[in-house]
Amino acid sequence: MPPFQNFLAAFGQYTQLIIDTAYWTFVAPFREKGKVFNGPATAEQLNEVGVRSLFIVLLLMFLVGLVLAMQSANELSKFQTTNLIPPIVCASIMRELGPLVVSIIVVGRSGSAIAAELGSMKIAEEIEALRTMGINPVRVLIVPRFIGMVVMVPILTIFGIVVGCAGGALIAWHTAHIPPDLFLTIALPYMFLVDIAVALLKSTVFGFLIATICCYFGFTVEGGAEGVGRATTSSVVMSIIAIIIADLILTAFFFFG
Amino acid sequence: MSEDYENIVEVKDMFRQFNGRPVLDGISFNAPKGTITVIMGGSGCGKSTLLRHIIGSLKPDSGEIRIMGKDITTLSESEMNGVRKRFGMLFQGSALFNSMTIGENVAIPLLEHGDLDANIVDIVVKMKMELVGLSGFEHLKPSEISGGMKKRVALARAIALDPKLLFCDEPTAGLDPIMTAVVDELTKDLCQKMGMSAIVVTHDMASAFRIADIMIMLHKGKIVAMGSPDEIRAEMDNGKNPILKQFINGEADGPIPFRQSSDGYLKSLMGN
Repeated sequence: MPPFQNFLAAFGQYTQLIIDTAYWTFVAPFREKGKVFNGPATAEQLNEVGVRSLFIVLLLMFLVGLVLAMQSANELSKFQTTNLIPPIVCASIMRELGPLVVSIIVVGRSGSAIAAELGSMKIAEEIEALRTMGINPVRVLIVPRFIGMVVMVPILTIFGIVVGCAGGALIAWHTAHIPPDLFLTIALPYMFLVDIAVALLKSTVFGFLIATICCYFGFTVEGGAEGVGRATTSSVVMSIIAIIIADLILTAFFFFG
Repeated sequence: MSEDYENIVEVKDMFRQFNGRPVLDGISFNAPKGTITVIMGGSGCGKSTLLRHIIGSLKPDSGEIRIMGKDITTLSESEMNGVRKRFGMLFQGSALFNSMTIGENVAIPLLEHGDLDANIVDIVVKMKMELVGLSGFEHLKPSEISGGMKKRVALARAIALDPKLLFCDEPTAGLDPIMTAVVDELTKDLCQKMGMSAIVVTHDMASAFRIADIMIMLHKGKIVAMGSPDEIRAEMDNGKNPILKQFINGEADGPIPFRQSSDGYLKSLMGN
């Protein structure tokens, strides 16, 4: 098949996976008989994506805050406008870097794990075994991971934004002698409620993209260990591409229109 | 559900092509209730593909497949899931869930399809593990046990819901002769004890003759021989079926040629 048709076929399968996942997450609990919600697996995924990623998210976002404040302090001091450090650092972290950096950390840490785990299950016939036992693999494998991502990426993003701003405040205190309380007083008027809402929306969309893309690549693995490796790489690359394109669209819509 | 069927599995005029190449070419057979039917044939003869069609993983291009009287080619996914609860499947690679213990693996069908109390599930798991001779191992992970034990655990999982029908895909592949005999004995024994029928796909002839009530030989997507083990032996001995003879005796060359490469060997050596 020519590459374009291949792409269309893959996109069709991906869309089908999204529809199935949405059905088994939001509709099936009210319509299907028997067991639908997989509590223990969902708790495990919330823990895996959220709790176990927290430390690395906090650390890296703090460092990003430091770097951003250093860069802006350096430039702004040339114009004696270091009082602009707080709004610049906080606004850019809240609007852009928070959702973006956190979701890229989650892709690398949890998204790749999803693709590799589901891919290994696929080649060991475990997914087919589920199907043969009359157990829907989307319900027991994808839905818990989907909920884990869509719930936890926004929460991690909030934590990330807070420590990122704290990192910025530390540099502002050290170089521009702006104490933290003053930092907050200067920054707050520039942080609008809509910014927080958009940050949450973005991170939810990013979580959605990570979960569906990584599950898709895991479920479509073919060709043994090499296939699992390839699927893991593709899941990370495609997730990051999708995240940045979605970011562009959302930013254009909310901040540029 | 009604139980008024004579054959647990019926396949009628089934065809399936992949990329224009016929892989299953007019397959018809009946597997009566309470028997063990062995489907045998060389690698690539279509026997695994046939099994995938019978369990509903793949759909045929045309033809009928009846399991317990129901034509599964016309069923919707949720109706098919109802049928799937009534048979068990033993996969070639066992397909145990590596993230769970053996006991949890056997418990999955019970927890997913039943509404049993945790204590009862525990008891049923222990009983199934005892049936395959592995009680006391429930707490181990699949990575901690041997291939033969995995097969037995997979068998315990396949019969967890007391199915009427068991499918086995190469149950003895990769096992030593003793373990092969153990798995064969277990399959036969379980079928008798539980009133179960079985469809077994294999290329292991010793094992096939040991367990089969009916043997079906597949070659290039067609059935080339079918009958009881005695009939198959007789057909082999009278020399009318050279493919069967070659396969059962394990001869390297015969109607199934040793050389599999396509024509034009000389041409390819000389570079077009």
